Order: sequence, then C-alpha cells, then structure tokens
Amino acid sequence: MPSSKTREVSISALLLAVTLVCVAAVLLITVYLMWAGLPAISEIGLGNFLLGKEWASTSSNPKFGILPFILTSVYGTFGAILIGVPIGIGAAVFLSKIAKGPVKRILTSAIDILAGIPSVIYGLIGMLTLVPGIRKLFGLPDGASLLAAIIVLAVMILPSIIKLSAVALDSVPKEYEEASLALGSTPMEAYLHVSIPAARSGIIASIVLGIGRAIGEAMAIMMVSGNVANMPSLFGSVRFLTTAIASEMSYSSGLQRQALFSIALVLFAFIMIVNALLHLILKKGKKHE
Amino acid sequence: MKQEPIIRCRKLSLWYSKTQALKDITIDFYPNSVNALIGPSGCGKSTFIKTLNRLNDLISEVRTEGEVFYRNTEIRDPGLDVTDLRKEIGMVFQKPNPFPMSIYDNIAYGPRTHGIRNRSELDDIVENALKSAALWDETSDRLRKSAMGLSGGQQQRLCIARAIAVQPQVLLMDEPTSALDPISTAKIEELLSVLKEKFTIIIVTHNMQQAMRSSDTTSFFLLGELVESGNTEQVFSHPHDKRTEDYITGRFG
Amino acid sequence: MNRRQAAGICSRILVLASATIVIAILAFIICEVVGRGAGSLTWQLISTTPSYLNGTIGILPDIANTIYLLLFSLVLALPIGVISAIYLTEYAHPGKIESCIEFAIETLSGIPSIIYGLVGMLVFCQLFNFKTSLAAGACTLAIMNIPTVIRTVQESLKTVPQSYREGALALGSGKGHTIWTVVLPNAIDGIMSGCILSAGRVTSESAALLFTAGFAHSLVPLSEALSSPGASLSVALYVYAKEQGEFGVAFAIAIMLLIITFLINLAAMMIAKAKKKQI
Repeated sequence: MPSSKTREVSISALLLAVTLVCVAAVLLITVYLMWAGLPAISEIGLGNFLLGKEWASTSSNPKFGILPFILTSVYGTFGAILIGVPIGIGAAVFLSKIAKGPVKRILTSAIDILAGIPSVIYGLIGMLTLVPGIRKLFGLPDGASLLAAIIVLAVMILPSIIKLSAVALDSVPKEYEEASLALGSTPMEAYLHVSIPAARSGIIASIVLGIGRAIGEAMAIMMVSGNVANMPSLFGSVRFLTTAIASEMSYSSGLQRQALFSIALVLFAFIMIVNALLHLILKKGKKHE
Repeated sequence: MKQEPIIRCRKLSLWYSKTQALKDITIDFYPNSVNALIGPSGCGKSTFIKTLNRLNDLISEVRTEGEVFYRNTEIRDPGLDVTDLRKEIGMVFQKPNPFPMSIYDNIAYGPRTHGIRNRSELDDIVENALKSAALWDETSDRLRKSAMGLSGGQQQRLCIARAIAVQPQVLLMDEPTSALDPISTAKIEELLSVLKEKFTIIIVTHNMQQAMRSSDTTSFFLLGELVESGNTEQVFSHPHDKRTEDYITGRFG
Repeated sequence: MNRRQAAGICSRILVLASATIVIAILAFIICEVVGRGAGSLTWQLISTTPSYLNGTIGILPDIANTIYLLLFSLVLALPIGVISAIYLTEYAHPGKIESCIEFAIETLSGIPSIIYGLVGMLVFCQLFNFKTSLAAGACTLAIMNIPTVIRTVQESLKTVPQSYREGALALGSGKGHTIWTVVLPNAIDGIMSGCILSAGRVTSESAALLFTAGFAHSLVPLSEALSSPGASLSVALYVYAKEQGEFGVAFAIAIMLLIITFLINLAAMMIAKAKKKQI
C-alpha cells in the first residue's frame, strides 16, 4: 500500500487534472473560434470585413461588411447602459440604504426573479407589446427597431447592475455616512456624495458586467430588432453581432458560414476586452480596500 | 522518572515566514505524566504543541530547525507519514470542535478512519472512550443524537473521548478549558489525573491554578523561549528565573 | 437652503421611482404572460405531442427534453465543478497554474451563450460527431454551468469551520479522507445551490441550444434521448413565437418558465435560510 503521503499527492494531482477542464474549455473556445473565423477574414480582408458597410451574404455578388453589426451592438449597448445605469443605481441605493423589512425582501426577490427570467420571455413580451407600442407611438411602419432592442436590453441588464451595486453600497462602512451626517448633510446627500463615490469600483464593475451582458445577448433582441442588416438608426430595423450569427447560421454555407464564425470571433474579442476591463476594476477595487 | 522520554526536543526553532515564533526549545516529556505549558498569550505554547503533531503544516510558510523525536521517529522528517504520527499523538483543541454528526459517529470517526469497520468492535471502543472521558453516564442513552446538542463542557469531553478512541500515546491539549465554565473545568481537571495512567499529557494553559493543581511538570514560555521547566511544585515554589517568578506571582501576563 | 431641499426631494423621488420601476417591470411581465398565456395553458397542451394531422400543438416533448438536458448537463457539470472547487479551496496554493484557472473561470462565466452554441456545434456536433442532439446540447450547457457550480461550492466550502478540518486531521485522518468525511458533508448546501442555479440556466437557455440540440418536437424515451435532437421549453417558446406565430402557445410556455423561475428562487432562498439557521 502506498504511504498516505504519496496518496495525498496523487489525489491532489488528480483533482488538478479535473480542474484544468476549465482552462481547456477556454483554450478550446479560443482556438476553435480562430480556426473557424480567421479564414473568412483573410479572404475578405480585415479592413473590408470590419469596416465594410454592406452585408449581402446571399446575393450573387456577396458582400461581407460587418460595420453595421458592430455599430448596432455598440449603440445598442450604449443605449441600454444609458437607460439601465441610472435606474439600476437608483434602485441599488434604495435597496441598500432605504428599504427595510418586507419592502427589502420583496425588492430583493423581484430582482432575483428578473435575473432568472429566460431571455426568450423578454423577447416575447418585447415582440408583442413593446414593438407595436413603438409603432403606434412614433407612427412607424414597423416598431421592430434599435429602440425596442435598447429598451429590452436595458431591462435585462438591470438585475446585475442593481445586485452588484447594492453589494458595493452595502460594504461602505457606516462611519462614512455617519461622518457626513454629523457634518450636517441630509441622508440622501450622504448617499450621493459619500456612499456612491466610496462604492465606485463595485458600481463601475456592475456597469461593465452589464455591458458584457448587453453585447452578448442574442435571443431577446433577435425577437424585437427587425433583423435587417442596416446601418443603425434608432427607429430602423437593425441586426446585432449576436443576431447576425443566429439568424443565418441554420441555412449558411461556404464563405457565408465562415464569415459568421468571423463575426463570432469579433464578438469574442469584444467580450474578452470587457472581461479584462472588469478584471482590472475588481482587482484595483480589492487593492484599494 | 528514570524512563526514556517519549518526546525529546532539541534546539527547536520555528519561523512563520520571517518572524521567529520558537527559539531553541530543548525539553523532554516522560510517559504517564501531565505536563503544563504556561506563559502569556502569543508566547509560542500553542505553536509548540502544534509542531508535535505537525498541525503547523496547515499554515504555509512555516519553517523549523532542530530536532524533535517521538520515541525514535523524527517528527520534522518531511517524508514522515503524518497520519501515523497523529494517530500516536492526539489533540484536543481550545474550542470544543465536535463534528456535526452523532455522538457515536464522532467517537467512531478516528477508529473508522484507521480501518476499523466491525460494528461490535466500534461499539466497545465508543463505550470505553466515553467512559474514560467520564461522559458515558450522560450520553449512553443518546449516542445517535447530534453532538452539537451537548453543552460546551460535554462537547469538550466528547472531543477528549474522540481523541483517546484512536488510542494515542500522547495527548496534546491546547487550553482545553478556556472556553468552559468552572464546573466543566473541574471535571476535565479531574479527568487529567485519571488519563495520565494511560497517556502522556501535554497541556497548554493560561490558568496558573490549573497548572499547579493538575500537572507533574511545568514549563514557562516567554516570547518564543522556554524560560524554565521542571517539577511543578518546584517551579511554583522556587522558580530559578526572575521572569518565571514575575509571571507566576502575576506581575505580568 | 431652498435649492438644497429641492435637490434632496428630487433625488429621493428618483431613487424611489427607480425601485418602483423594477417592481413594475416584474409585475408587468407577470400580468402580460399570465394574461395572454393562461387561456392556452391546457392539460392537452402539456400532455401531448404536436400533431400535423390534427393540427394540434403539444409541448410534452419539450418538457421531456428540458428535463433530459437538465439531467445530462448536471451529471457532467456537477462532478467537474465540485472537484474543481475542492481543488481550488482545499489544495491549491497561489501560483501560476492557479491564477490561470481563476482567469479561465472568470472568462467562461463571461462568454455569451451564442458563442457557446457556436463552439458547441463545432466541437460536439461536428468534431465529436454527436450530430445535432441533446448530448451535444447538454455538453455545451455543462461547460457553461461549470463556473457557476465551482463558485457556489467554493463559497460554501469556505464557510465550513477550519476547526472541523483540524479536528479530523488531528485524529490522523488524511487530507482527502477529511474532505470526504467532514468537509464535503457540510458543504452540501453549496452543492445544492449549484444544482439549482444550473437548473435555472438550463431551463432559461436558448441561444446555446439552437445549434447544438436543435428544435425537434418529438417525444423520445430516456434511452434514446442523448442521440436525438430536441427543443427545450425556452427554445420551443422561441420557435413557436418567432417562426410559427403561435403566440398563445408561446405565452403558455412562458407561464411554465415563470413558474420554474419562481420555484428555483424559492428553493435557493430556502437553502440560504437553512444555512443561516445552522450557523
């Protein structure tokens, strides 16, 4: 029988081997996306691909410019942040500093449930309520638009922004607020001028997380954005990076299919940048403490 | 006391990364005795006994020098099977730490770990261990109930029973009564004199009366150094070192 | 002074309004889903398979597929996740490999599901030749869920008192034995919440499944499930709403998904409560 020492070492090695599945998965995803996505980029040309304003993958003279998708994803995300962040931070302040007892419990559960609702349900309601609403309100031929997608995305990123910001606000030492109150400020002023700045890194992290969510969302906005490969406009039908992949994948072939993988690679690059940013902010925040 | 020492310690030093916690400790412990380690908090008593069962291994960046022998085994040997060592040198902690299982399973944990599966054998071990720890009368009718339901003093005696169920030679006790009320403390002190018939006991204590009442030898630690060690009566009545005298007369600590 | 008061009132109103909006959104979603779907949610819908002959729709196959996906993905993700969590909290010392692993976990939890779906299709359907099947879908979901399981189990392992580990080690128990007999039984709540969170993600996921598990609506027994394609409830909702215009069915499915979301939250809350009581 091996000594318990060698046994422990081999257990540790075995566990490590299983743990490396995560690393393997990340490598696999990266390598496969590059392997599948780079050929089309090199064939189309990086400049033409990223900056081309026209996407006509199935025409006899196909064009593969994804600038419309990139811009739509950027505008859509930006718009969602613009709407979602103020509401999110407001709700986080309420949740963390003002709400007590049953109100706090109900709000917390509501946020958890919102976070758990499948994105197809957001899409479904957006499709049947929001889209007709926008059509009527603005007198458009079709309400499926960037605006509809922005509103759906804003709602979908709310739970993560609220939760993370509330955690950050919760961890602000009470003494800070008390000091501010002792200097004659109102509670609200203390929250705005002391608590929020003190919870800055957590709140920024929540926003970056929201950005990641918004860029990566596919199904819900597929159902409300109209899905035409236009350059983005608020009331026009648009296609995002994610929906570009989802909408053509099932019937694509040849260079078109390869180009879809290239889009995924671009999306992946965006996400990795956002993740790196998040990582940096959280690390900095930790150091700060 | 003309026997061979069961634990022999020569010039043992220990560092936590850069700070030295033990300085050149040289001491012997003889079988079937109760040995008290006294000294102010942070003087290295707990660190010292955790070196004896290698529980310091749990902390990274611990480094030791010198020699510590249990019988003929070098405790510091990196190739040593620590599970064998800990079977011989049991430990009772400052805060009672029963596992969240039944009383029976707590006591049977050690024997089971070391391969005893036979039901009636385990039953015997559990009964004997509980009897040795003077806990049998209080618990014989609820062995299957959770150990977490016991009082603090009972929990600590359960931990003693759990330790002796493995049949160690040495029993390390790290301030075993500091979290207990006076009555429970008295019960455990009473136990010590019975237990020393079977085991060598090394007990860290803050309580001077406890050391005086229940130990055969007393060793005084200060700032990682072993200042004085000897027969309890002699250490308390005629300390050789001024610092020992100051401590036991309550001038600092 | 007047301006200050006004600003105070304004900010108070805005904060309150934000919180109200959140509640209102949820209330609106619930009303909308229940209002539009309740009429279509019949026993016949839940208990039958779709029939082109009769022109009826049934979602029994989708319910079954969701359960299959849940089972298969958990069977894969749970052991890997729990083992990884044990390694990271109980064995790992800070080092290059460990920070690599941490980075990988962070990355995995940030990758959008559409990318999982795409790579899942390339790797599981094509490379491993699973074709479009529940097996491919479950493998993809399993990888998505591993970070969640790791994090929840890690959290729970950290709350197991160190004194339990010391107690077992001092009795001469080996490290592996200590973890198996003393640490893991006390982290069972973390494993359960890992399961529940994964279950939530599996039921709500659609983008990752579209290209890996497909959208077939045929009922298959458990023994054949791995090799057959099939839509989960969420995917079925998408297909019925977007491709077939069957909004009543879509909302009926939405009601079921909402109920599942509620139950999952309830279960998570109960586990948290039980843990709190224990401590």
